[in-house]
Amino acid sequence: MDSLQRARESKFEIENPSFAITVIRPSRGWVSLKLREVWEYRELLYFLGWRDIMVRYKQTVLGAAWAIIQPFLTMVVFSVFFGRLAKLPSEGIPYPIFAYCALLPWHYFAEAINRSSNSLVGSANLITKVYFPRLVIPLSSVLSPVVDFVIAFVVLVGMMLYYGMWPTAAIVWLPLFLLLALVTALGVGMWLSALNVQYRDVRYVIPFLTQFWLFATPVAYSSSLVPERWRGLYGLNPMASVVEGFRWALLGTGQTPGPMLAVSVAVVLLVMVSGAFYFRHMEKTFADVV
Amino acid sequence: MSDIAIRVENLSKLYRIGGRQERYKTLRESLTGAVTAPFRRLWSVVRGQSSAVANETIWALKDVSFEVQRGEVVGIIGRNGAGKTTLLKVLSRITEPTKGYAEIHGRVGSLLEVGTGFHPELTGRENIYLNGAILGMKRAEIDRKFDEIVAFAEIEKFISTPVKHYSSGMHVRLAFAVAAHLEPEILLVDEVLAVGDVAFQRKCLGKMEDVSHEGRTVLFVSHNMAAISHLCERAVLLDLGRIVRYGDTSDVVSSYLEMAESDSKVLLVDRRDRKGSGELRVQSITLRNGMGEEVKSFRVGETAVFELAYESSTRKAHKNVRVGFPIDSILGQRVSLLQNEMSGFFFEEIPPKGRIMCKVPQLPLVAGRYHFSFCITLNGIIADWVIKAGILEITAGDFFDTGRTLDVQDGIVVLKQVWQVEPELEPVASSF
Repeated sequence: MDSLQRARESKFEIENPSFAITVIRPSRGWVSLKLREVWEYRELLYFLGWRDIMVRYKQTVLGAAWAIIQPFLTMVVFSVFFGRLAKLPSEGIPYPIFAYCALLPWHYFAEAINRSSNSLVGSANLITKVYFPRLVIPLSSVLSPVVDFVIAFVVLVGMMLYYGMWPTAAIVWLPLFLLLALVTALGVGMWLSALNVQYRDVRYVIPFLTQFWLFATPVAYSSSLVPERWRGLYGLNPMASVVEGFRWALLGTGQTPGPMLAVSVAVVLLVMVSGAFYFRHMEKTFADVV
Repeated sequence: MSDIAIRVENLSKLYRIGGRQERYKTLRESLTGAVTAPFRRLWSVVRGQSSAVANETIWALKDVSFEVQRGEVVGIIGRNGAGKTTLLKVLSRITEPTKGYAEIHGRVGSLLEVGTGFHPELTGRENIYLNGAILGMKRAEIDRKFDEIVAFAEIEKFISTPVKHYSSGMHVRLAFAVAAHLEPEILLVDEVLAVGDVAFQRKCLGKMEDVSHEGRTVLFVSHNMAAISHLCERAVLLDLGRIVRYGDTSDVVSSYLEMAESDSKVLLVDRRDRKGSGELRVQSITLRNGMGEEVKSFRVGETAVFELAYESSTRKAHKNVRVGFPIDSILGQRVSLLQNEMSGFFFEEIPPKGRIMCKVPQLPLVAGRYHFSFCITLNGIIADWVIKAGILEITAGDFFDTGRTLDVQDGIVVLKQVWQVEPELEPVASSF
């Protein structure tokens, strides 16, 4: 009797909140992105990103210092070989800071691509056991390296003080260039992570891809080496615009971003939108194939 | 609006077996495959063969239709591979159905596994939040239930210890505690109670009962008929992806038991979840008693004969054959392994088609249900391997030859035993 009573009462309670009806049927063709649902799962996004950050440097001696060591040592190597020995021009800026300023967004980007591409395969246990919008997975792995970026940024501030450089007012645009790098990584990450579920070749492609991409991006060299008339074409590589933008916003080199940036934004939007739709299209097979 | 919580209409799910075994392919394979496939298909049409595609797929669910009322607790039972988990996966939107339609009224929580997403490096506290979020709980909700979860799991002292230092029991308790505090209107539960020690299982069953009294709708997959009978008013019996019976739990459970017991011979020809090269395949396993009669179950202490009928695909005799026949408890604990080489027996040569018999003179297992599996290797390469090939039912028997039937249920094995008593002798009086 008592349990029946309780049943009635709680039944009354639960009838109120959500009368959401979930319809399950095979999807056909191209499906909607369901971005609202991703938004509803923002707490999961937060917790997955938080887990990545918490776990990353567990059981390491140096811990979060790794976030600084990697770009910093790369900067040292670049300074010695490209700055000192090859004497690449650095637009009147001390070469170390010139390189480090580009290595910051580059390291973020390489890390974000690497993590997001392997994210679905690495989360197979979640995908086969729980439902949630799968977009959350590559999204969280693109977001969590931002923390490393911020840590490494502190070193840049130190270097700028050391070299006695002051940022221009253009620094307010910096977050937008970071956003451009993030969206680029997300777009590429959605494509590669979905492909990786089906074709594990992707895992082997990524190291090459990031290496080639590094050469195609003016990290070690100045984009002034690229002839003016090819600039628009250079914008097809969004990371070129990101790196240029970082130097412009922080060090005041180069020109105000113009057509090259416009080309990059267009490319990024194309990659991201197509990536999102491809991802959603393949999403239904993830649990069965991964 | 009627009081329906779940409506399922003609739900079907097709799996590609080849795809599942290979899991993934390389781009090159699929490119060459894409180029050659049309020719191969054409060739098979020319030769008058039916399409090979039909053989490579399996309907894990086929035209499943049923309705569940709000507040009902429905059990889903069936043999291994009947499609129970697939049904839950489709209903919880983990995987899409191939055909059909289902609608679910209300917020769904699914528990296909406890501790999904647990990270060994994180502490108990951190994992509660992470796992809760993965199962669909809001942060505020976890905050509110946090103390209750910790108390339920009985791990107060270790809440700030990384989970990798937990014992497996603690791990499971914590995982279940989070899951048990999930409060969706509709709960889909796979066999998660088959974990942990007996006391904790009882606690979990109690929690499940509370849930059902709270007027929530529950779909509950289990092999534990006692739990199903206890918790569910109605049950669905699935077999080979189809609904065999849907109705009152007691009727459905008895149909299931009949079905399980009707197989004194376990046919394995249709089993798709097998591994190995396939050079040799076990067709069926027959249980026989000491007199060679087919039986459905053994009594404790009886002579048991396991007979594997096999066939080789190469039509050749094989040498260097190893047959393993593990027996596991229903909870997945390995009870024993029967294996020819281990026991000092080597097959000189086995014919391309035949029967392999293994006799256990006096079965020392306590009454209960067990799973058996088998694995056959030829020259060290697995030829055929089926996990949980069948169920071994052991009933009360006269193990000690006392003329009385003993229903031993304590422990795992029954041991032959010799008892005696000796008086404590004075040292001086001792003959030594």
